Amino acid sequence: MAETISINGTAHPIPEDPRITLLDFLRHDLRLTGTKKGCDHGQCGACTVIVNGMRINSCLTLAAMHEGDEVTTIEGLGTPDAPSPMQRAFLENDGYQCGYCTPGQICSATAMLGEIANGWPSDASETLDGDIEATGDEIRERMSGNLCRCGAYANIVAAIRDVAAEESA
Amino acid sequence: MRPFQYDRARTLTDAAQIMQGEDAMAIAGGTNLLDLMKLQVETPRELADINRVGLGEIADTDDGGLRIGALATNTATAVHPRVRADYPVLSRAILAGATQQLRNKATTGGNLCQRTRCFYFMNIDQPCNKREPGSGCGALDGIAKLHAVLGASGECIATYPGDMAVALSALDASVEINGSDGTERTVPVRDFHCLPGDTPWRDNVLEPGEIITAVTLPAPVGGTQLYRKVRERSSYAFALVSIAAIVEMEDGVFTRADLAFGGLAHKPWHDPRIAQALVGNAPSAELFDRAADILLEDAQGHGENDFKIPLARRTLHAVLEQASEDAA
Repeated sequence: MAETISINGTAHPIPEDPRITLLDFLRHDLRLTGTKKGCDHGQCGACTVIVNGMRINSCLTLAAMHEGDEVTTIEGLGTPDAPSPMQRAFLENDGYQCGYCTPGQICSATAMLGEIANGWPSDASETLDGDIEATGDEIRERMSGNLCRCGAYANIVAAIRDVAAEESA
Repeated sequence: MRPFQYDRARTLTDAAQIMQGEDAMAIAGGTNLLDLMKLQVETPRELADINRVGLGEIADTDDGGLRIGALATNTATAVHPRVRADYPVLSRAILAGATQQLRNKATTGGNLCQRTRCFYFMNIDQPCNKREPGSGCGALDGIAKLHAVLGASGECIATYPGDMAVALSALDASVEINGSDGTERTVPVRDFHCLPGDTPWRDNVLEPGEIITAVTLPAPVGGTQLYRKVRERSSYAFALVSIAAIVEMEDGVFTRADLAFGGLAHKPWHDPRIAQALVGNAPSAELFDRAADILLEDAQGHGENDFKIPLARRTLHAVLEQASEDAA
């Protein structure tokens, strides 16, 4: 049986050239171009995808290392007709200008709210074991791996706070 | 990336076998290694993917300590209930490093093995004795803002950039290592990383073919634990100076003061004389100065990083002041 990797619920054979990063596999081989290549060195977060529930930089991992893994990209979160709550909140809050970092921001923020729901602390948390609220400080710290060169941060934080408030309501 | 042979190891024995190959390297999270491979700073001929060998467990040890498997991610370690409760300095140090995306992928073993590095090491057009022995050190007369003020040599003044290992040093953790011939050995984390000396290419004591299998923490000592990281941005930046501190006080005097320092040297810095100077004494500005005098007695700046010497002194003051107040 061929070794496969699941992308948004569909199994794909793992590419033969081991040098292919998960990011290049998504964009170049599968033409899932929602995931963006920014720095290609794990600094900007534009390539963020969710693997087995955890957000990672798809540029700093090889496709071959993900045999049997479940990958969710921006295309897997929602569609233009049926956007995910985070996608809708970015639209409603104008959480972007050029939009290049947006898929990474949205994948990152989606997984980030799960981390808060799990009670996982961040560097901004007062204590390591307290309840965590999606405050501006928490969101800014937890999203520090996603850069926006347009500087749409204020609206990105507002979008994430909206979804956090909906989810905890 | 240069072409390489990729092999997925299913067991530690598999991995050990692959690691016998010439220029073979293990890959786990890959967050540092792949970055360096893209820059052709690292050019392994063979990669042993060890992600499936089953070293991800975090488990209690018989003596009340904790054994963190080499493949436990930084996130898994930082949020583990026992780490948060019994070794909070370790949670805090990990959370102060990198980004959530990187911590989700980075592993315990890989984090220890991340290269001690600087801009010159990362750029193959620049001289660097660590990357290319004998080519010189570009930082000595170049951009040296992040560089070492302790334990450096004329060959290399790079700093070890990790945060986790600084906490592990304060906690006096041990590193379990498997050789490619199946032998096992344990090294105190304080002895795991190397100073540059005249072998700057050597970041740690791992021999060719060896793989870290776990990090073991001794039984918890309690006390006040904190990690203070001073950096140029409030998130996702390497430390200029960082301090992991485990402090206990009784009757107004220090009974424990285990400190380790990041951002100052080619390895996490630990000087046992600092605890000796502090223990048995009541906190005071004079005492903190004495501790800083010991820490910085051989400190040497390289121009741009001269500021790290007074910064380390002030950070040590701040940490000891806060820790002694919290512990009192």
